[in-house]
Amino acid sequence: MHDVGKVFSNGTVALGALSLDVREGEFLSLLGPSGCGKSTALRIMAGLAAPSSGTIAWPSSTINRRGLPEGDIGFVFQDPTLMPWQTVFGNVYLPLRLRGTGKAQARDIVMANLARVGLADFAHAYPRELSGGMKMRVSIARALVTQPKVLLLDEPFAALDEITRHKLNDDVLALWSQTGVTVIFVTHSVFESVYLSSRIVVMRGRPGQVFSDLAIAQPAVRGAAYRVSELYRANCQAVSDALQGAMQMAET
Amino acid sequence: MVSAWGKALQILVPLLALAAGIVVWQWIVTANQIPSYILPGPLDVALALLSDSATLWPALLVTLAITLMALAGALVGGVLIAIVIVQSRWLELALSPFTVILQVTPIIAIAPLILIYAPNTQTALLICAFAVAFFPVLSNMVQGLKSVDHGLLDLFELHGASRWQTLLYLRLPASMPYFMAGLRIAGGLSLIAAIVAEFAAGSAGQGAGLAFRLLEAQYRLNLPRMFAALVMLCGTGIAIYGLTSLISWLTLHRWHESATRREN
Repeated sequence: MHDVGKVFSNGTVALGALSLDVREGEFLSLLGPSGCGKSTALRIMAGLAAPSSGTIAWPSSTINRRGLPEGDIGFVFQDPTLMPWQTVFGNVYLPLRLRGTGKAQARDIVMANLARVGLADFAHAYPRELSGGMKMRVSIARALVTQPKVLLLDEPFAALDEITRHKLNDDVLALWSQTGVTVIFVTHSVFESVYLSSRIVVMRGRPGQVFSDLAIAQPAVRGAAYRVSELYRANCQAVSDALQGAMQMAET
Repeated sequence: MVSAWGKALQILVPLLALAAGIVVWQWIVTANQIPSYILPGPLDVALALLSDSATLWPALLVTLAITLMALAGALVGGVLIAIVIVQSRWLELALSPFTVILQVTPIIAIAPLILIYAPNTQTALLICAFAVAFFPVLSNMVQGLKSVDHGLLDLFELHGASRWQTLLYLRLPASMPYFMAGLRIAGGLSLIAAIVAEFAAGSAGQGAGLAFRLLEAQYRLNLPRMFAALVMLCGTGIAIYGLTSLISWLTLHRWHESATRREN
């Protein structure tokens, strides 16, 4: 997948003529103050909301019969949104079940994705038996089970404590480098976006628009050392400045 | 911490209190020499339960059959109509006057009318009991089918789920706790409604239910038999409640908050 161009604008305040090219395999963060329409933009990309004007173009070579990228789109919501009556296995199996894949046929791929997020031993547990971080991992495994080309995450770790959040950030990075999936990550945390992304798009609100588009230089190996490095500090500074500018512009 | 002794006490205390109540009742009757046509003692009631069993048991079976058939009909009908209703908001609005009218009118007031229209008394009783048990199931199911997590609805839409798949894999399982609440209410109500309808019908003869036997015993001032019939109805009510609660627990205990213990 390359060069997703999309233009949409919304009659209401949510989004106004937002244009964005997403490149294949990149880790893009959408950063902005709350209410700037970043979640709306993500929902439109996923086809969960219709743009009131403008279009989204996926490269034609990679779209499936539903007009979405191959493997559909993996979506991780703000909440884990698991079905409480299903086991962890049942929850991760769901996207394949909806496609008509038999349980026996799906078992291996479901278990592989559970192993990927470190939850292979919890396949038969029910969601209520899991911690918040583990529920989020199940949600990520479910988003990856169809082997999507695009993974959308909508402030997935906002409700988690910082230690769990750091761990999950590393996990998401590992998944990204293993699978080569294109990630679009919505967050309102400067630090989180700097740690994760190869590119950060700062949005401003009312109506939602791209304020600045920053390429982020990253070390080959991230980790605790990166969080205290000069490069990280400089990246945070640049992104913070951009965010500050976006918020000032929204006020005037 | 709850010890084994503590658990045993939780069961023993209510049972002992019940036994004490029965003993006191017997003592009052014996000590004051109250004749059994005014207030029978527990022993008289137990004897009536045994000696009148040829009359009472078949009558109980008649009432029980009406109760269970009405409950089954209410469950099937309530769920199916709820599924139809939630498909369209307009349909729900169009049906709302009928459901409200039927729900708020006391069934005992409609019973005489149903007795006129129904081909026979049995059918009339069944219709009455059904009408009472039906609404809790319907309104609970409508509520349940509508109260599905929006995030999960998004997820199903994202993966291109059909209407049928969404119903089968999401809406129905999500509404199970509501269905179970409806089941427990409807179970109790269908017995009450069957009795009330029998009172209204006042039918005698072969297929007479327990409520009619109760009335009959009243005319004859056969108080031990009246009490015996009441004991039977009470036992039936407890059995229905226990059974519906058990079904609810079996279905929900693995995942729903209402059926799980809080961990401390």
